Amino acid sequence: MLAKSTVTQIKDLAQRYPSKQSAIIPALWAVQHEQGFVGKEAMAEIAGHLGLPSSLIEATASFYSMFLTKPEGRHDVVICVNAPCMLRGADEMAAYLQRALGVRDGQTTSDGAITWHSTIECLGACGGAPMMQVDHRFEENLTEERIDTIIERLRQPVPAGRASGAPAAEPPKRKPAAPKRARSEN
Amino acid sequence: MAVKPLLTKDFATENLAQLKVYERTGGYGGFKKALEMQPDDLVELVKKSGLRGRGGAGFPTGNKWSFLPKGVYPRYLVCNADESEPGCFKDRYLIENSPHQVLEGILIASYAIGCNLAFIYIRGEYLPQHDALETAIAEARQAGYIGKNVLGKGYDVDVILHRGAGAYICGEETALLTSLEGYRGEPRLKPPFPAIKGLYGKPTVVNNVETVSNLPHIVLNGADWFKAIGTPTGPGTRLWCMSGHVNRPGNYEMENGTPIRELIEEHGGGVWKNRKLKAFQPGGASMMVLLPEHLDVGLDFDAIAKAGSLAGAGAMVVMDETTCMVDAARRYVKFFHHESCGKCTPCREGTFWMANIFDAMEAGEAKPADIDLLLDIGYSIDGRSFCPLGDASTWFPRSVIKFFRDEFQQHISEKGCPFKKSVEEAVA
Ligand SMILES: Cc1cc2nc3c(=O)[nH]c(=O)nc-3n(C[C@H](O)[C@H](O)[C@H](O)COP(=O)(O)O)c2cc1C
Ligand code: SF4
Ligand code: FES
Repeated sequence: MLAKSTVTQIKDLAQRYPSKQSAIIPALWAVQHEQGFVGKEAMAEIAGHLGLPSSLIEATASFYSMFLTKPEGRHDVVICVNAPCMLRGADEMAAYLQRALGVRDGQTTSDGAITWHSTIECLGACGGAPMMQVDHRFEENLTEERIDTIIERLRQPVPAGRASGAPAAEPPKRKPAAPKRARSEN
Repeated sequence: MAVKPLLTKDFATENLAQLKVYERTGGYGGFKKALEMQPDDLVELVKKSGLRGRGGAGFPTGNKWSFLPKGVYPRYLVCNADESEPGCFKDRYLIENSPHQVLEGILIASYAIGCNLAFIYIRGEYLPQHDALETAIAEARQAGYIGKNVLGKGYDVDVILHRGAGAYICGEETALLTSLEGYRGEPRLKPPFPAIKGLYGKPTVVNNVETVSNLPHIVLNGADWFKAIGTPTGPGTRLWCMSGHVNRPGNYEMENGTPIRELIEEHGGGVWKNRKLKAFQPGGASMMVLLPEHLDVGLDFDAIAKAGSLAGAGAMVVMDETTCMVDAARRYVKFFHHESCGKCTPCREGTFWMANIFDAMEAGEAKPADIDLLLDIGYSIDGRSFCPLGDASTWFPRSVIKFFRDEFQQHISEKGCPFKKSVEEAVA
């Protein structure tokens, strides 16, 4: 069952757009934010609240790569290996990270801390290549040492009050990043 | 012609993302001035300025606006912030540093075309940027720039921020609209163009983040001022996203027409590790490769097209002498295969076969006939696909075969990548 606040959010979304169908993707986000993934049952619930057939919700959800269909590790990491990142050593970083985590594509470390999805396509951080994305936060200008530091941070035990298996892909809302002052650094 | 900070001129100001600070730099002055004008005059002004879309195709913005059929309402403005072309990271930079500049541009465009509900479609991976825009929208609403009877001028406008969820094709404007309507993001047939039948079947303008960011400045300073910057057919500046083998990658705002050499050598600090330049690619993943002999071409839609490539969305990927051009093309082909929406056969099947051949090249399993086979597949995709994604998937690989055919032959005769070997030998 979805939390009350998520249901309210979905109902508000349905009112916000000229067509309630436009609320499907935002509703999927709301659910993933709450539960960490969007399962079949949750999609049926969305369908109920929007007054749309379940099949429509599923058809839409399956098109978009960011909606997770099952629960994953507390943290989620990927590395871009498209050409601009490849030019700056992304392959080596991806290999190093997988060795350091001891997992293969789609696997989660045994402590449940980190899911290595796979290599990924350009995330708009080519100016800071090689890059890795950690729970929707970009870590740029990677080196092996920086990867070590990041992994160590992610392996920290769950802080009290946060259930394990809670949202990984959707971290709590953050304040927008402070604007960069450098002329060209992205 | 050189670096010309226009959109980025205040980016050194601390906390520019905050409304108060943005206003202190003159922010929302353009929107206030626009509200004093007749919408039609505003369209004329933008037409006269010669502003061309920065999303990739370079279509004149004022002309696009004037295609909306008279008397048909509601009409919508959609700001395209889906930025997913490999090599491009300028819209992200514009949003992070000055979300209000983007918003002000959206409000000006909305008023000009008579739209009361505007949308921003932002790629799902840009979460901090999404949040920056969300905060900016809330601030602007509080200050009375968004809402009913804006600044007492009798104009109502609202802005909805909509987050995508990971699909490159949703940057294409018709796929974007389909996605915004809640469906799978597949492109639609054109015509009808969005200006006639767009979002929810209503007249719609889709404009890129960088395009709208130009508007406050054009309204404040006038069309003649804008036309005096850049080239006659490409006025203004562009943000160039430089990546790859340069010393200083990053975003550089350059006056249109500035030689590519200046961007790479002066601002990018030249090729890294004292190596030689082998090739570079303007525009993004889709665009054709250029060679050192093209360094004096101007950073401009028409000049780059004349040289055999396209300025696209303002990427500049620099490749040094150690680059395996086959592997670079392989990455892009695999990207297009992965992002093909599957709606039409030439693109769905063609990108699959191209990706297979490139993987075979890399693995040392390709046959001599495969080079021409790649070209054949390219011809049968280009011009036969439902949307430009299919066409564009063939441009970079075909240009690489044209200029670096010997590297393909080497992959075949040496059964693998000659560049990887030389690196391994160097290390051993
Ligand atoms: C496959 C494909 C992907 C595209 N991706 C984007 C994008 O991410 N951002 C963008 O502004 N335009 C993108 N475009 C171009 C849009 O279709 C459209 O032309 C543009 O948003 C119009 O805005 P402009 O006139 O301000 O340039 C893409 C086009 C294609 C064919
Ligand atoms: S060309 Fe590719 S992306 Fe475009 S409609 Fe066809 S399959 Fe989809
Ligand atoms: S190519 Fe890796 S972030 Fe753009």
